[in-house]
Amino acid sequence: MLIKRRDDIVPSEITPRPLFERRREFIKALGAGSIAGALGLGSGAAQAGARLAGIQRGPFGTDEKPTSFKDITTYNNFYEFGTDKYSPAEKAGRMKTQPWAVAVEGLVHKPRTFAIEDVLKLAPLEERIYRLRCVEGWSMVIPWVGFPLEKLLRQVEPLGSAKYVEFWTLYDPKSMPGVRLPVLDWPYVEGLRLDEALHPLTLLAVGLYGEELPNQNGAPLRLVVPWKYGFKGAKSIVRIRLTDKQPETAWMKASPGEYGFYSNVNPEVDHPRWSQATERRIGEFFKRKTLMFNGYGDQVARLYTGMDLRKYF
Amino acid sequence: MPGQPSPKQLAALKAAVFVLCLAPLAGLAWGAFHDALGANPIEVITRDLGTWTLRFLLITLAVTPARKLLGWHWLLRLRRMFGLYAFFYGALHLATYLWLDQFFDWMAIAKDIVKRPFITVGFAAFVLMVPLALTSTNAMVRRLGGRRWQRLHRSVYAIAVLGVLHYWWLVKKDITQPLIYALLLGGLLGVRAWWLAREKQRQLRAGFQPVTYTSPGSR
Repeated sequence: MLIKRRDDIVPSEITPRPLFERRREFIKALGAGSIAGALGLGSGAAQAGARLAGIQRGPFGTDEKPTSFKDITTYNNFYEFGTDKYSPAEKAGRMKTQPWAVAVEGLVHKPRTFAIEDVLKLAPLEERIYRLRCVEGWSMVIPWVGFPLEKLLRQVEPLGSAKYVEFWTLYDPKSMPGVRLPVLDWPYVEGLRLDEALHPLTLLAVGLYGEELPNQNGAPLRLVVPWKYGFKGAKSIVRIRLTDKQPETAWMKASPGEYGFYSNVNPEVDHPRWSQATERRIGEFFKRKTLMFNGYGDQVARLYTGMDLRKYF
Repeated sequence: MPGQPSPKQLAALKAAVFVLCLAPLAGLAWGAFHDALGANPIEVITRDLGTWTLRFLLITLAVTPARKLLGWHWLLRLRRMFGLYAFFYGALHLATYLWLDQFFDWMAIAKDIVKRPFITVGFAAFVLMVPLALTSTNAMVRRLGGRRWQRLHRSVYAIAVLGVLHYWWLVKKDITQPLIYALLLGGLLGVRAWWLAREKQRQLRAGFQPVTYTSPGSR
């Protein structure tokens, strides 16, 4: 397989982030804040994270134009901070991401709790420009920074009996106003089959656009599974548990007929209430066709050989 | 505004309300032009036009209860405008779907209307609004006769119910917002049901034959 590379400079450094911020100031100067407020929009204050050092270019990148830093960090689904897209950027700042530890446990030889600083030392950081397709019908292109989840899982040596991996998001009612409502069965739990979790595309992300993850994007540590709908990528992970039983995820519990365990991007299997054939790429005017496995079929289709993807949606 | 405003005051009031009702659209246009609608402006525009359709339906349905409770009979003179604004925002809402969501792919649209319950009810609500908008003129009221006109325009109750259902079925999980609209609509319809029941009882007690005719203005 040919992977195109542009060797000189990583795209995150080309993208003129300061331009977006200047634009925001310009709009503010015109009084847009009041209009946006009246329309129920936040000011979209994205916090600036520290730059991550030593990022290498990773494989599987796309040549598609990355979505702007501003859009990636102001249009989020992170229900712990409210169910509308603009709440996480406004409210996630309250979440404390230092100190942070993630427990990796369950069916493993060497269960261990990692401090975030130690997680960062497990493998070289890579930039991976992935498409992200939300189950709601929109998509983005995001230059993530992280390393394959496999590197972390190898550290704890999964037992032969381990078949699945669970990911638990932080549950902290003090800093997460959204968990006061029983919208989902908190804490947020997601899961993968072990072979999916060990796939080289599956990323443990710690940053985007060359910087530490903003809180609203799942700081300090989140899962990115680019061939699945976005909600599979658990944010702000505090616990990873290997099991022999298929995890019951938060969205499966909330609506089992609408959200399955696999949730692979599939234009032919509609959400019961809306079509999944097309998507709106953020920043584009018209919708585009959704690709099977979000365009990662060459890499992942073999994981599902012989499976009825309508049944295992 | 206590009592009855003069014709001049009423004309001024109507003009002011007319302009005010355009404010949501102006806000969206301004926001779109100045890139102040967030990352997904088309979603914001579509949703906002939809919620304003629902809000104008509720405002229209609030006129009669407000009149009865507050005695502001002049409110009735604004009701047609509110109803037509509901239709106006509903038409724009539908247009964003046909154009920006589906780009006039009529096959896909037809499939959507049949297959997706939330689109089915939303589309039905719009279709039911069309005859009400067409018969909103004084000439049409006269042509139909007050009684028939009123019977036709009672479909606004069904339209509002379908509108709330449309909203309810489209949200992913958090039903707080559609619930608010459902409760408001429940209140507006409930108070009518209660008045109707009370009126029937009163007539029974008085030994009158129930009177069914009412002028179009007193609904």
